[in-house]
Amino acid sequence: MTANVIRNPGDVSALEHQRQVLVHRAGKIVPVVLLFMLSMVVIAPVVWTISTSLRKGTESFTVPPRWLPTDMAIENYEEVFRKVPFGRQIINSTLITWGTVIGQLFSASLAGYAFARLEFRGRDALFWIVLATMMIPIQAVVIPVFIFLRNLGLVDTLWSLILPAVPTAFGTFLLRQYFLTVPIELEESGLIDGANQWQLFYRIYLPLVKPGMAVLAVLSFNFHWNEFFRPLIFLIDNDNFPITLGIFQLQGYMMTGAIAVVLAGVVMSLVPVIIIYLFGQRYLIEGIMRGAIKG
Amino acid sequence: MTTVRGAAEIGGGLWHWLMQDTMDGLRRRRAILGYVFLLPTLLGIFIFTAGPVFVSFGLSLFRWNIFKPPDYIELANYERLLRDARIAISFGNTLKFTVLAVATQVSIGLILALAVHRITNTAMRYYFRTTFFLPLLMSGAAVAVVMGYIFHKEFGPLNYYLGLLGVQQIPWKTSADWVMVTIVITSAWRNLGFTFILFIGGLSNISQEVLDAADVDGAQGFRRLWSVTIPLLSPQILFATVTGVIGAVQVFEEPFIMTRGGPGNASRTAVMVMYEHAFKDIEYGYGSAIAVVLFLVIMAFTATQMWMSRRWVFYQ
Repeated sequence: MTANVIRNPGDVSALEHQRQVLVHRAGKIVPVVLLFMLSMVVIAPVVWTISTSLRKGTESFTVPPRWLPTDMAIENYEEVFRKVPFGRQIINSTLITWGTVIGQLFSASLAGYAFARLEFRGRDALFWIVLATMMIPIQAVVIPVFIFLRNLGLVDTLWSLILPAVPTAFGTFLLRQYFLTVPIELEESGLIDGANQWQLFYRIYLPLVKPGMAVLAVLSFNFHWNEFFRPLIFLIDNDNFPITLGIFQLQGYMMTGAIAVVLAGVVMSLVPVIIIYLFGQRYLIEGIMRGAIKG
Repeated sequence: MTTVRGAAEIGGGLWHWLMQDTMDGLRRRRAILGYVFLLPTLLGIFIFTAGPVFVSFGLSLFRWNIFKPPDYIELANYERLLRDARIAISFGNTLKFTVLAVATQVSIGLILALAVHRITNTAMRYYFRTTFFLPLLMSGAAVAVVMGYIFHKEFGPLNYYLGLLGVQQIPWKTSADWVMVTIVITSAWRNLGFTFILFIGGLSNISQEVLDAADVDGAQGFRRLWSVTIPLLSPQILFATVTGVIGAVQVFEEPFIMTRGGPGNASRTAVMVMYEHAFKDIEYGYGSAIAVVLFLVIMAFTATQMWMSRRWVFYQ
């Protein structure tokens, strides 16, 4: 009897309805508020880095931490260039990264096309070998590669980083996937129009896999701009360092002193990757996904 | 004179054979083009990856430093490795790090992706996506430098805010009990962006029809999450775990920059000892032995995960 009483009368069910709406709304809002707080925690180190890089050196490592860059001490950024050859290092990072990216685009588009669209004996076996080398970690090859580069006299030059990074199993695999999506009819009509094999590749296929090349370029740029392990081993002279090593060196000089200068270096190292993210995030994210699809 | 003419004739014949305007000629041209196009990549991979792996195996059987010529010592480097307490500690640290870091970045990435995926407001989605992705753009070196300051015991912002909550100063980088936790947080903070984006992509691939069907069948809320959404995400979870483990076993920058492996050997990792032996002590043979073991560990972990994945990964 009592159960019926509660279930039926209009006023109680209206209350119940209101309660459900509230629960529903809370269920939507509470996670968002929690998520927002969490996002503040995640972003805090980045914000702290930027604001501290603009603080006066003597006040940079003090508690309580201050979040507004009230000093606007641009001189920290100048100091970076006095402590380490940062200008030279920016150029080095740029040359290493672009050299690698361009080399990879060239070699991987050729190889990706060959694996996707040309037929020759041993193709599939070669493809599996290339794929298998993706599994090999850098540590398993770095000692012989170092000895080899030293014998060639390339250690402590930018070539020691560019040359071994150009052949890319990942890039070949990635671009092969894009070449496979080009409809074969385009190729046939190209042949009928009298295109030779090179024109077929260069004029018909290559423009159609530009998105794939953008994905490779963006991923590769990020990876090699941020590289640390190989430069640490292959380079000796300050003047040949990329900025990752420059920042590491800067941190060593400053200890817990004027960390504002070190953080100014960090902020500057971030500029290119942020720009790439702003303009190429579509490709960056697609690249991460593509990697996962094959799994 | 005749030989030159003979060679020219053969060359001309080859050229004619290749350029024949027939289907066979076309096939030949395309096959040769295939080999030519592959040449830079295959040659490069052979010189800088495939070849050196075998050389590493070979080097690991030698005692070799720059002062003396290489000396073949069979498996002595591996015997030394097994007795080397510092190596044991470093591989132990690496293992501990791998388990903790992968568990952290996969689980938190998953939770964040599930939460952000429910948000319909475009601006808010963009904000969250950018925020959680941003640390991934930084170099490992920059992250280690920044987090090294954040975790500083006396002047670090983190201990200051924990202090406001009544927590005593935590010796993040200077105590053997805490240091691996610190390295795990640092690394997971950066890699969160990767797992997060991966899961966001996986979630957007799940068709609404499947989820509606689950609703009709009475699976809602947590039950739908557990028996429908997560199984549909399992390929991405597998990928995040496998690549996470491969990356974590190679952890280097964070301990190298933040703690130099200290205090004592408490944060020394496998790649760090390999680096130190090969490039500080210049023991190429012993360094190679460590590298080979590291490589085998990675292969074993990957193979095990792929094998176990048959039981829990669900492909649509």
